[in-house]
Amino acid sequence: MSDSIWIILTGSLVAISCGLLGCFLILRKMAMVGDAISHAVLPGIVIAYLVSGDRVGILPLVGAAAVGLFAAVMIEWLYRKARLQTDASIGITFTWLFAIGVIITSYFSGKIDLDQECILYGEIAYVPLDLIIDSAGNSFGPRPFWILLTVLTLIVGFIIVGYRGLFLTTFDPGFAAALGISTAFWHYSLMGAVSLTTVVSFESVGAVLVVAFLVVLPATAYLLTDDFKRMLVITSILGVTSAIGGYYLALIFDGSIAGAMTIAAGVQFAFALFFSPSKGILINRIKAGDIPSTGSLSRQDFPLGNKQ
Amino acid sequence: MSNFWNDPNAIIVLLGTVLLSMGAAVVGNFTFLRKRALVGDAVAHSVLPGICVAFLISGSKDPIWLMLGAVIAGWISLLVMDFIIRKTRLKADTATGLVLSVFFGLGIFMLTSIQHSGNASQTGLDKFLFGNAASMMERDVYIFAGTAVILLILTLVFYRPFRLVSFNREFAESIGMPVWFYEFLLSTMTVLAVASGIQAVGVVLMAALLITPAAAGRYWTDKLPIMMLLSALFAGISAWGGTWVSFAVPSMPTGPWIIMFLSIIAITSILIAPQRGIVARNRLRRRNESKILRENILKTFYYLGQANRDFKIPRTAQDLLEIRGFSVKELQLGLRLESKIGNLVRNGNGWALSDEGLAESFRIVRLHRLWEMYLNKRLHLKPDHVHQGAEAIEHVITPELEKLLEEELGHPTLDPHQSEIPYLP
Amino acid sequence: MKKEEKIALEAHNLTVSYGARPVLWDVDFELPEKKLIGVIGPNGSGKTTLLKTIMGLIEPLSGYVEIYNQNMDDVRNRVSYVPQRESVDWDFPASVLDVVMMGRYTKSGLFGRAGKDDRKMAMNALEQVGMAGFSNRQISKLSGGQQQRVFLARSLAQQADFYLMDEPFAGVDAASERAILDILTGMRDKGKTLLIVHHDLHTAAEFFDYIILLNTRLVAAGPTSEVLTTENLQLAYGAQLTVLSQVADLVKEKDFPVREKGLKDRQQ
Repeated sequence: MSDSIWIILTGSLVAISCGLLGCFLILRKMAMVGDAISHAVLPGIVIAYLVSGDRVGILPLVGAAAVGLFAAVMIEWLYRKARLQTDASIGITFTWLFAIGVIITSYFSGKIDLDQECILYGEIAYVPLDLIIDSAGNSFGPRPFWILLTVLTLIVGFIIVGYRGLFLTTFDPGFAAALGISTAFWHYSLMGAVSLTTVVSFESVGAVLVVAFLVVLPATAYLLTDDFKRMLVITSILGVTSAIGGYYLALIFDGSIAGAMTIAAGVQFAFALFFSPSKGILINRIKAGDIPSTGSLSRQDFPLGNKQ
Repeated sequence: MSNFWNDPNAIIVLLGTVLLSMGAAVVGNFTFLRKRALVGDAVAHSVLPGICVAFLISGSKDPIWLMLGAVIAGWISLLVMDFIIRKTRLKADTATGLVLSVFFGLGIFMLTSIQHSGNASQTGLDKFLFGNAASMMERDVYIFAGTAVILLILTLVFYRPFRLVSFNREFAESIGMPVWFYEFLLSTMTVLAVASGIQAVGVVLMAALLITPAAAGRYWTDKLPIMMLLSALFAGISAWGGTWVSFAVPSMPTGPWIIMFLSIIAITSILIAPQRGIVARNRLRRRNESKILRENILKTFYYLGQANRDFKIPRTAQDLLEIRGFSVKELQLGLRLESKIGNLVRNGNGWALSDEGLAESFRIVRLHRLWEMYLNKRLHLKPDHVHQGAEAIEHVITPELEKLLEEELGHPTLDPHQSEIPYLP
Repeated sequence: MKKEEKIALEAHNLTVSYGARPVLWDVDFELPEKKLIGVIGPNGSGKTTLLKTIMGLIEPLSGYVEIYNQNMDDVRNRVSYVPQRESVDWDFPASVLDVVMMGRYTKSGLFGRAGKDDRKMAMNALEQVGMAGFSNRQISKLSGGQQQRVFLARSLAQQADFYLMDEPFAGVDAASERAILDILTGMRDKGKTLLIVHHDLHTAAEFFDYIILLNTRLVAAGPTSEVLTTENLQLAYGAQLTVLSQVADLVKEKDFPVREKGLKDRQQ
């Protein structure tokens, strides 16, 4: 198979894995926690690289994901025990862990194949070169592809099996607790899944794209449908189109493929923002008299602090 | 260390990082109060495309041009976030993450495109990504100094309105303040701080420069001016530390080490700050528990003596255990503590109340029974339901509150169970 | 309470905090079964906190609750909780049926699949609240009254014996209010026990059999006619108890544990 197909496939796998989990994240108002975890796993990844050399096996990857879970725990600890406001809890946690990661990377810069640029936007272009070859010389395709495929399968399995728990604790945690369901269990399971996905995606697409797929794809889908299951499907489709669109954009301007895929996702969002059949801003102007619901807003929600 | 001070380059880097860190820390206090740490994070990521566009247009890496591009891009990102929240059902966190990643992705794409185009003058543009303090030049320091001065002056001049708008926006609006103007200023100051700050610590870590010093300062005081001073101090120290480490160990990057020191200061503050720190709160809790134990012991002495009014005869641990279910270990501990304070005196294999101890035991029982009366008379609880509440509250009531209670209830002499309320021994 | 009436709920000396400050003091009452019971009081009097404490969502500083003489955890399958309408984001991408089906989650197991019975129960519940035709409607397209009825249907689908509801009539138009009240009285007539936090004093008198009058402490609990006296209402809606308020501030300021560990209730 040609290199471009492998690259697009790998990008799609990352997009779908992150996008599916992101659907839950944005509905739980935890988009930035996802962003934080995707940055916080860096020290775990670096240590995994140090420990296992160039080709990182499953165990070190799981260890790296554990760092992500640690970040989620630390955020909770800062919020509950140290009584620190949520945004500061998130900010302090991920910047500290990311700084540790960069420091370790710099210290061992000779010994590992991970540089600063790679951390931020990965080297998906090199994915087709990282092949699994058996003793007979047969190639089975790129290693990252298989790892990502495995992880995606796990994610899909997690969502199917845990659908009710995830759905309910996202929509109405109070009612869930009243039923005796442990909201903490579902929270940390989701965080663990996000950690694992960010860790395996890091290598190919870096921190940039992971966040984009976690947030932008579900946000776009949310503007296009009112049905959650459909939102999951649309997110996945948008992921594939971002991967395809991004790849060719990168080809034209000779820029980072990860960056291009992010732009593609952003463009899709812009289209949905203005032209979504039910919620698009321009469409609604044309329809006249139908104002999109904005839910309940508080002052804190506006970055510029402006009133409605 | 002597080499450090002899190296003019090191001095420049030190000055530069200290100035921009302190500037960011001061602005960051308002970011912290308005709970906008993550918006600051998004702005930091969003300036990158602005820098690239500025480079493409001006054809140079002149820091003034680049910062201008950064400021414009930063402002646009704020407007876009606001727009999304207002016009769609997407929430604030989604808008923040979205703008952060898309703008940054655009920036990365442009940057890599420029890099691959073989444009010779573009090398070093990526210093905005990770911060490259080591490449700071004298000219940069002047710009940082200027920025820091502007930020400081604006903070001093507009301190009162900034504080009001951050703490209580609705009130500020209701008294007719031009809130939009002050928020515009604050946003601009944030974007300025970000545009200079990322040159030392890079895009990802910029949020820490804004939020961590203020968060750390918060644990030491609740007075804003002191919090700002502390945050600036912490930022300055961390900048110094980070610069020194990167000088002493050349492979080490400055930015992450600044954040490292800041984070350590923050976590330390969270732990050891008096009153608000975790250690202090735990100590207070243990002191409360000890107080409760000791007062319960004195109460038990009273109960043992109230039938025959022989309060001061010695009692053994066994006597005490028959009245109240202490654990043996905590009873021993409590008895020893009360002896040390002087409320109890050892007598054979028992203890007896001293004069002070007697007065104390009277006080506790009095408070207990007064509170029972209050629960009974004012909250209309039945006499057999007031005991447990009184068991807890008797330890909280201060002498002032005690007087209030007595007046409120008309100086009662009996509690709801018809037991005497002891006033004087 | 008459001797023949069984006790559905006993709240014993509940003291509950909201952020280190006690907002409920030594609240103590018993509730009879098969009644429509209203919790009334001014804003901030701790009504929602009371409900959440009963459901086990908040740990009391002292005291305990028993439902049918057991711990809440042992009888959860017999209790249904309807939170305030604003506690949920109604922009959530779900249909009316999706929400009502949540009431069946514990019946068929969290990891189970929805059976035909579950769907039937859910549709049944929707019929009872007059929303059967809305089963596929997205919840973002509902009016306030309709949203309330969806919550009610979800609750009915649980097929519980004891229902706790937080302001089911808030922000609801007159027609929906009538409809909801009819449903609730119907439930009571079928032998269910309902504990309802209600926002409006005036309608409370005609809606409820039994009233709990609350203002951070229990002012009165009993049959409606006995509780809603002028004197009681003055106590509930009048000025705050200043001493109580000061003690609450002290507790918060000194971070005092209001609960004492392992305490046996002895008379002293």
